[in-house]
Amino acid sequence: MNFHAIRAIYLFEMARAGRTLLQSVVSPVLSTSLYFVVFGAAIGSRMADIDGVSYGAFIVPGLIMLTLLTQSISNASFAIYFPRFTGTIYEVLSAPVSYAEIVIGYVGAAATKSIILGLITLATASLFVPLQINHPLWMLSFLVLTSITFSLFGFIIGIWADGFEKLQLVPLLIVTPLTFLGGSFYSIDMLPPVWRTITLFNPVVYLISGFRWSFYGVSDVSVGISLTMTLVFLVACLVAVSWIFRTGYRLKS
Amino acid sequence: MNPVISVSRLSKTYASGYKALKEIDLDIRPGEIFALLGPNGAGKTTLISIICGLVRASEGTVTADGHDIVRDYRAARAKIGLVPQELTTDAFETVWATVTFSRGLFGKRANPAYVEKILRELSLWDKKDSKIMTLSGGMKRRVLIAKALSHEPQILFLDEPTAGVDVELRRDMWNVVRGLRDSGVTIILTTHYLEEAEEMADRIGVISKGELILVEEKTALMSRLGKKTLTVQMPSRLAEVPASLAPYALTLSADGTELVYSYDAGEDSRMTALLQDLAREGISFKDLRTEQSSLEDIFVSLVKDNR
Ligand SMILES: Nc1ncnc2c1ncn2[C@@H]1O[C@H](COP(=O)(O)OP(=O)(O)OP(=O)(O)O)[C@@H](O)[C@H]1O
Ligand SMILES: [Mg+2]
Repeated sequence: MNFHAIRAIYLFEMARAGRTLLQSVVSPVLSTSLYFVVFGAAIGSRMADIDGVSYGAFIVPGLIMLTLLTQSISNASFAIYFPRFTGTIYEVLSAPVSYAEIVIGYVGAAATKSIILGLITLATASLFVPLQINHPLWMLSFLVLTSITFSLFGFIIGIWADGFEKLQLVPLLIVTPLTFLGGSFYSIDMLPPVWRTITLFNPVVYLISGFRWSFYGVSDVSVGISLTMTLVFLVACLVAVSWIFRTGYRLKS
Repeated sequence: MNPVISVSRLSKTYASGYKALKEIDLDIRPGEIFALLGPNGAGKTTLISIICGLVRASEGTVTADGHDIVRDYRAARAKIGLVPQELTTDAFETVWATVTFSRGLFGKRANPAYVEKILRELSLWDKKDSKIMTLSGGMKRRVLIAKALSHEPQILFLDEPTAGVDVELRRDMWNVVRGLRDSGVTIILTTHYLEEAEEMADRIGVISKGELILVEEKTALMSRLGKKTLTVQMPSRLAEVPASLAPYALTLSADGTELVYSYDAGEDSRMTALLQDLAREGISFKDLRTEQSSLEDIFVSLVKDNR
């Protein structure tokens, strides 16, 4: 293992985040606060409790997931797309590093940022609603696992994208809708049966459900299934990444 | 001596179907400065990119210091430094940070003293805390060189290192390159400035349309292909070249005041005989001048022949 290389890439990426620290932190804090003002305070006060959890508290896990997903994807995709765009990727490709080391460096850094932002979102939420975390270890596990998985997914997007539009396309057209429709703001039990079935094809449902279970002990689907689905997606991303590097897809002509 | 880089039957066909390299065989000797010349699009960058791992070869193999660049890429790449043709640098990083990053990326323990040494040699020390985007083009080029040297490579590829660099800086860079060679680094450079190859290189390779059409010692090349001319200036007009001088194939200038004699730099010239014959014909001269064709002339004629 070329640990010096992993460390170099990781620190480089973290330093890049450090330069834009303010906007990295301010935007999730601001958007979380807005959600709470609108959904928690204004609308939530007229909503009945869901599964015995007040509406304001109910939406917290979903909001954190929203932060994790969007931040992981945008951080990781940008981290690898930008050097491809400017050409500085030549250095990484000519260095004595394995593909695994490249991925660990970039994805590790992106996941770290997401985890930090997820925790900041959690801290912000705790200012608005009383929180209760029944299974803190599970909560952290889901947090870490989701960050890693979606950072990998973002990495793949960053390699696939051949323009800045495409870089934004997937988060905008796929991830945000799936998160909103994945039960961030409601329990899927509240949907008519047909929609409930359709919703079960949305992978984000499992993430949010499992994550919410770690907070309140209630979930739409069982935790085992949530965990399995997350791992399945993780493995799928790993397979895709290894294929990319084996074939040199979009990296080497 | 074993070659430090050995390229054998290397071909590259890009996805577009374009054959950029055709069965290249090339051995680079340890410690030499090898200049790769060729017109735009000849395949110089493609060849370097394959050796450095940026482009996949379609056929053939390359070893660097005995290590196959694909199977044993770690050992091979650790030996190699690359300064790319394009000025591809980070924008917001400082010079110090980017050079330190390169060193780590190539698996070397941090060594601030060494990084300082390179930055000083490249006259970048006072810029070490500047963001790269605030540097001039020539400085950015030197940052790329510093990055390539950060891991103490034994083999250095310089793809047009002096493109867009002013004359003074170019001389500085030549000195840096010579210093590296003296410390045992093997250097492969491409350039469009033939003067540069002439000045620096031990050996020269010419590539044209993906084919390596020539590899030769610079001095041998220049004397083998170099044409010399002797120009005789006469005080008065000469109507025509006397018949007795026909064996020398002299040409008379349009105004009739100059006689030009061409000969190969390598061969024994018949100059003494010529001068004696001129005197015998009663032709006096007020001045003599000899000229040797430069590498540039040689290069142009080589590439033209390959068209
Ligand atoms: N990624 C690519 N896909 C298709 N063709 C390519 C690619 N890269 C280079 N080529 C083609 O391969 C040929 C050789 O290019 P290369 O960059 O190696 O030339 P070069 O000798 O370095 O030229 P220059 O002196 O202009 O730098 C060119 O015709 C170029 O158009
Ligand atoms: Mg080139």
